[in-house]
Amino acid sequence: MSEAKARRSDLRYRIGLNLRAVKGRSYPRIVGANREPSWIFFEALLPLLGIAAYVFIYQFFGGQALAAITTKTAAAPWGMCGHDPCANAAAQSAAAAAVGANTNALVASVVLGGTMVAFWLNVLWSMASQLYWEKEIGNLQLYMMAPMNRMALLGGMAVGGMVMTSMRAVSTLVAGVLVFGVVFQVASPLLLLAVFFATLIALYGLGMMFASLYLLWGREAWNLSALMEEPIFFSSGFYFPLGGLLKIPGWGPAIAIAGSFIPASLGLDALRQLTLGSTAFGGNFWIFSVTTELGILVGMAVLFLILARYCLAYLETLAKREGKLTSRHQ
Amino acid sequence: MRTYWRTFKTAAWLGWEMDSNWTEPWLFVLYSVIKPVAGAFILVLMYIVFVAIGRPSGDADAFSYMYVGNSFFIFVATVLFGTFQVIQSDREWYQTIRYIYISPISYYVYILGRAASKIAVAVFAVAITLLFGAMFLGVRLHLALADVPLFLVSTVLGLAVLLAIGICLGGISFLTAKHTHGLAEGIPGLFYVFCGVLFPLSVLPSWGQAVGRAIPLTYWFDITRRLIAPTVTVNTTLSGFDPLTILLFLIVSSIGFFLLSVLIYKVGEYFARKAGKIDMTTSY
Repeated sequence: MSEAKARRSDLRYRIGLNLRAVKGRSYPRIVGANREPSWIFFEALLPLLGIAAYVFIYQFFGGQALAAITTKTAAAPWGMCGHDPCANAAAQSAAAAAVGANTNALVASVVLGGTMVAFWLNVLWSMASQLYWEKEIGNLQLYMMAPMNRMALLGGMAVGGMVMTSMRAVSTLVAGVLVFGVVFQVASPLLLLAVFFATLIALYGLGMMFASLYLLWGREAWNLSALMEEPIFFSSGFYFPLGGLLKIPGWGPAIAIAGSFIPASLGLDALRQLTLGSTAFGGNFWIFSVTTELGILVGMAVLFLILARYCLAYLETLAKREGKLTSRHQ
Repeated sequence: MRTYWRTFKTAAWLGWEMDSNWTEPWLFVLYSVIKPVAGAFILVLMYIVFVAIGRPSGDADAFSYMYVGNSFFIFVATVLFGTFQVIQSDREWYQTIRYIYISPISYYVYILGRAASKIAVAVFAVAITLLFGAMFLGVRLHLALADVPLFLVSTVLGLAVLLAIGICLGGISFLTAKHTHGLAEGIPGLFYVFCGVLFPLSVLPSWGQAVGRAIPLTYWFDITRRLIAPTVTVNTTLSGFDPLTILLFLIVSSIGFFLLSVLIYKVGEYFARKAGKIDMTTSY
């Protein structure tokens, strides 16, 4: 056995090589962001405005609902509590308090959704599209010639992406608490962390799988990523509790089930239950219990990582056979 | 002038081909519709959820206000992105900017041409979204025949302002790294919040209202809403301005933003050339 062959079969050497590859591929994302200060403004601060718009919508609705409750008329001297006039001042106060609590819970839902949007966009544009992008700029053949496992390359992209995106996610959370006065009640921090990381691993596993598929899809890939923004924000309940879709007869549950294949859907549902309490919204908008959702997320994470491994190997071979591995703009 | 027109036409054709020739025409039409309709449905679901838990009697006026604003916001997102992404896509993605830049054309006009195809797609998407809302979601639309000319003029002026803002951002992007997505999300987000698109300015704090009143798009959204959804009674805090005043304001601001866009574009171009950034690539 030659020396080179012996090294390649040495487990310790292979693990070290792949860990170095993970570090090497995540490095430009982490350090690149630090070397380009404008990144913070464009990627972390500006997107907060879009989230703020959704927050203000709920505050607008809340304000309108509160005005209906507090406006006194001859027919409703204590204002309107739903369809009927409020019976007395206590009923009016209770209705106003309920509107305030519901508005806070919905605003908190938007803030949590906004943090997940950051990760989903990173998965789409910096994971799924990345191998295609590397092909376009001529790096892909260099990666393919290097001796490390391709999964280590994708793993490095994922780790770098998570760190880079965390700044935006954290700034969204901080803005939610400080600017919009959102109140989170975390009862089980360990479970919260478990759900969060299971969601991230499943999401980035999905991104790794897409990265392989995008190699073959070529130019359609960019448009597919664009297509997976608003429709996924909608079907996965990024800005409203996903259970809202289940309340719409007919197409609502179908969309919710389709959206649930994106790990962010159930991840967000579980995170909302853990930070707002399972009784928020009257407990009517949750899909499953937190533990069930955690189990599904762990299953998704394992499944997507395995699928990514196989997709990458298969599509790399296919791309080489069809001569598409280095062909640009197709 | 003929060179400008020829540049514009060719760039518009190029933009259309780049946008649409990756797939079959029917799939492209579907693609062009799904995104904005899904965006509208996010708001529909937000409304449904709020009504289910917070206001059983509903609020049809608030919903129509929000839906119409969101439909016309498609123009903002598409036109801005269609304009400022030209420099970055030519520079970073296709790496063709050096060849286009040294050709004997106006690069400014070329950018406008490339954006034109996006406007065409946006018109289609806005129309579909509004029709869908009117037919299936009970959005109250009514455009009187007498108001059509005013509506068309205000729409053209609003698009002119958007194009000029897009070029301003393009001028800045000569000097920045690959921030297309941050810009695509962030700048429209600025208008989403401050221009009374989804909620009236009165919801904002007083400094936010002042910012909103300083942006011409606020008035564009207001006049559009007054013309196509006149029965919506939400207090926009802009009722003191009559339509002709708003139109005059849009004319002045479109000229002002055009001049500003030329200035920012030229300054960005000058510094990019000086720093050797015209054809840089940032491959993080």
